[in-house]
Amino acid sequence: MNAVSAPLALLAELTHRCPLSCAYCSNPLQLAQVASELDTESWARVFREAAELGCLQLHLSGGEPLLRRDLVPLVEAAVEAGLYTNLITAAVTLDAKRIAALREAGLDHVQISVQDAEAGRADAQAGFPGGHVRKLAAAALVREAGLPLTINAVVHRRNLPSLPGLIALAEAAGAERLEVAHVQYYGWALANRDALLPDRAMLDRATEQVEAARARLGGRMVIDYVVPDYHATRPKPCMGGWGRRFIVVNPAGRVLPCHAAESLPGLDFPNVRETSLAEAWMGSDAFNRFRGTGWMPAPCRGCALAEADWGGCRCQAYALTGEIDATDPACSLSPHHGVLADARAGAGDDAPLVHRAQAR
Amino acid sequence: MTPATVPALRRGVRLRQDAARDRWVVMAPERMLVPDETALAVLRLVDGTRSLGEITAELARAYAAPEAVIAEDVAALLVDLSDKGLVSLS
Repeated sequence: MNAVSAPLALLAELTHRCPLSCAYCSNPLQLAQVASELDTESWARVFREAAELGCLQLHLSGGEPLLRRDLVPLVEAAVEAGLYTNLITAAVTLDAKRIAALREAGLDHVQISVQDAEAGRADAQAGFPGGHVRKLAAAALVREAGLPLTINAVVHRRNLPSLPGLIALAEAAGAERLEVAHVQYYGWALANRDALLPDRAMLDRATEQVEAARARLGGRMVIDYVVPDYHATRPKPCMGGWGRRFIVVNPAGRVLPCHAAESLPGLDFPNVRETSLAEAWMGSDAFNRFRGTGWMPAPCRGCALAEADWGGCRCQAYALTGEIDATDPACSLSPHHGVLADARAGAGDDAPLVHRAQAR
Repeated sequence: MTPATVPALRRGVRLRQDAARDRWVVMAPERMLVPDETALAVLRLVDGTRSLGEITAELARAYAAPEAVIAEDVAALLVDLSDKGLVSLS
């Protein structure tokens, strides 16, 4: 494999600890232990190596990155490395002093998640009483600090009726950007799929509402929209292709092509404790395993779209078919496409919801 | 938009060099854009103080092109960048 292109962005999962316990959490079912978390100097080294490798953006994520006591020095290290630094937070523990220190450190942007437009429902979703009000206060603090603000709303069967309210919330908060992201079914979300997956009519209504808001808010608020591929006929080019644009480092230092990749069996992902980021990206078998199109079986092999969607998502293909090389069942050409129809039929308002566990 | 309109990069938007790929990029919250040559020439003049008229005049001089033609291109480009949430027009 030659001509591996450099990654554009590093997703740094600083911790898997989080005060919330959302049922659609994108963290793996096997959460990284607190004792295994990388220290400040290791992260600073990872940021420098990421910038040298060609990364331009850094997403400080989690879990809840604010639970890292060294978050301010970490932002300083990222900024010094020359990375455009985004903080992805639930924000229930963000106060004026912390946001001032983060701005001073050079933080570029804050993304705050909300679970619903109405406080009671939002707090029930997050498993954190009083959380929603704190988030709105935190959003105001971000505004007052003069930092750009994104409101992130993960949407699903249970909160889609609140979508107009979520759009209004982002407007009222003065956000430059709103991310409306339908749940993607990995980890905790996959375990809760029956309770979270919307039907086609709900999805179409949401898409119409987003389109209308985009037309109304053009030039004021950008709306990014992520659709659920369980209603698709072509798969998403997950992460822009395996090992092509994104590099993820998890709390324990493991280097991954996406945050769910550890769910795949038989891949030995490198760790920054033992190797450089460049070596992990360029040289590791795990990163090279699904690069390009050579690994693809039919119907991906020879498909005109092979380099458009890169065979879809490896984690989803494995989760739904048990084979890591299989075409993503989101593709109608996949022999397993029917499992998505089965999943849609299995979803309902009465399905139970299991909240994510806490990292220890 | 009039010649007196003063375009500015929105909060969190920055033009910077991408040394690894030998190009310029527009950085924005959780996204980036690679400007083509025309967009780059305009964006370099978008500083929150120059007006559309001043930007047009500078580019007309630099490229020895008629101002009317340049004005049309610059306006279309700025509207596009505004729609993308990267530039404010006030």
